[in-house]
Amino acid sequence: MTDLLQFLTSGLLVGGIYALIALGMVLIFKATGVFNFASGHLVALGGFIVFFLIVQIGLPIWIGLICAILIAAAAGILIERFSLRRLIGQSMMSALMATLAVAYFLQGLMLAVWQGKVYSLPKFLPVGSVSLLATIDVELLWPFIVSMILFGAFAIFFAKTKLGLGMRATAEDHQLARLKGVNVKFIFSLTWALAAALSAIAGILLAHRLGVSSSLAYVGFRVIPVVLLGGLESIVGAIVGGLIIGVIESLVAGYFNAWLTSIAPFIVLLIVMIIKPEGLFGQKRIERV
Amino acid sequence: MQPCGTFNVDYAQEMSIIRTKTQWILAILGLVLLLTSPLYLNDHLLSLVINLAIIIVAVLGLNILTGYAGQVNLGQAAFVCVGAYSSALMITKLDMPFLITIPLAGLTAGLIGLIFGLPSLRVKGFYLAMTTLAAQFIIPTLIAHVRTDITGGGNGIIIPAQQLGNIILNTPTSIFYVIMPTLILLVFVAKSLMRGAIGRAFVAIRDNELAAESMGINVFKYKLLAFFICTFYAGVAGSLYVCWMRVINYDFFPLMDSIWYLGMMIIGGMGSITGAIIGPVFIYSLDQFLTWEASQLAGVFRALPTTLPASMHLMLFAIIIIIFLIFEPRGLYHRWVLFKTAYRLMPFSY
Repeated sequence: MTDLLQFLTSGLLVGGIYALIALGMVLIFKATGVFNFASGHLVALGGFIVFFLIVQIGLPIWIGLICAILIAAAAGILIERFSLRRLIGQSMMSALMATLAVAYFLQGLMLAVWQGKVYSLPKFLPVGSVSLLATIDVELLWPFIVSMILFGAFAIFFAKTKLGLGMRATAEDHQLARLKGVNVKFIFSLTWALAAALSAIAGILLAHRLGVSSSLAYVGFRVIPVVLLGGLESIVGAIVGGLIIGVIESLVAGYFNAWLTSIAPFIVLLIVMIIKPEGLFGQKRIERV
Repeated sequence: MQPCGTFNVDYAQEMSIIRTKTQWILAILGLVLLLTSPLYLNDHLLSLVINLAIIIVAVLGLNILTGYAGQVNLGQAAFVCVGAYSSALMITKLDMPFLITIPLAGLTAGLIGLIFGLPSLRVKGFYLAMTTLAAQFIIPTLIAHVRTDITGGGNGIIIPAQQLGNIILNTPTSIFYVIMPTLILLVFVAKSLMRGAIGRAFVAIRDNELAAESMGINVFKYKLLAFFICTFYAGVAGSLYVCWMRVINYDFFPLMDSIWYLGMMIIGGMGSITGAIIGPVFIYSLDQFLTWEASQLAGVFRALPTTLPASMHLMLFAIIIIIFLIFEPRGLYHRWVLFKTAYRLMPFSY
């Protein structure tokens, strides 16, 4: 029983990070209709930028963190401006290939600048563990708290602000949104900036625990089942999906083999695709002739 | 379009692959040139040609599924892996002759492909891409960890050199004469399937699924058929890979390869057999050139970090793919068609 509680807790905590990355993917999919395969690489890039600013340049930690998030957002804008904006109106296949190409570009860039080594960040968040009902790793607790706060912030942003309303309108229909005076191009840039910033935050939190390396990018592929389980267009889905997948991974690792953990999310994905393709909270599309 | 003065007067002419006398001459010359190439290519170039031929087989299958039938497959390399392992196991455990394992490996991969094609009943486009992506992650992991006494686990499988009659297949030249005829046969089969009723049904499904269904096409059946053909080709590519490399391991078939296959298909031209040949040839030559260029650079500038060649390679590949997507989404095949039309209309360009 204590085992189960422990697995559930650590699964939930890991799921917090998945949810954060999934939120970035969902934002982009909602607003621009593109599924971003490069988000894992944006996560790794975030870790590297922080390492560059804090360790290699030696900026104070908090300034370094803020600058890193801003730089990541700028990178997101550049990606959108130079690859995906040129592909608006082309098939889903083209956009998918383009984000994969962006992923490889970022991987090459990171390999060129940081030579594929593993670096460690200074520990600027408290570490250790707390024993409540189960042992809680504080390094995992932080990402969880940050992602919950960010979810709250995004919920308010979409519900209360005019910009959030514009983003929701763009997600519904690009042309109608333009007719209503929403600057769709700006919204696209903003979405990519926000998503890249979210990925960078996730990257920083992951790098704090695991160290900076380009293998952080693989978390991007593990998040794909999260997004599909929750539903592609749903922010609530991203968080619920993230937590569920985190718990499933943790339970599988606890009760079955370790190698099954890496494919358990994809088996869940296959089941979701067969039973409920739109995911838990996604929109069911009605096809018209 | 046809050259000036050539008119189709019956159905056979309309459907023919090689239509005019010039095309016959060129095709025969090309085949002769291709099949005698071991005479004037050295072993290095010949091994590149063999690698390329194996890639073309995989891309052909992918082009039938994605280019013709419109179902995205992000896991082609995993099905190549299935084909390679089934061929290797049939050779080492069951002592089957190599040539028989080629179609059998294709069948095995095809059946596994059908399983991953099943969700295509309910999901399409992007969602389907995700299920095939799941295949790319699940299949190699299962091979690595389930029944490692059979699959060899992390050690992979080493296959002895195969024999064909009295000839031992251990030189590039001898393997070339196994792989190249197979490739030519597979190209012919693909072309024939795609110009017939099956190909037309695939194109109809790609262009509008509902319309295709209301025309009486059994959409699910044809989608599964497309999956089967695609993964069959992947399986054949895998067994050819076994014959050529003689050692396989589950991590020889990464996600990167699946994406390369897609990229080659897009750059070649989706929905054309010629495109599935042009694309791999172009990308593979470019890849070889970039590798050579990077090694040259590393020789000249010794102070550069050692990872630079690999990273240049990745970045240039990414940039080329994006440039093609933006400026030439219909691929090199489209350019070729424009060129052909232009010279056939010469000197009257209107």
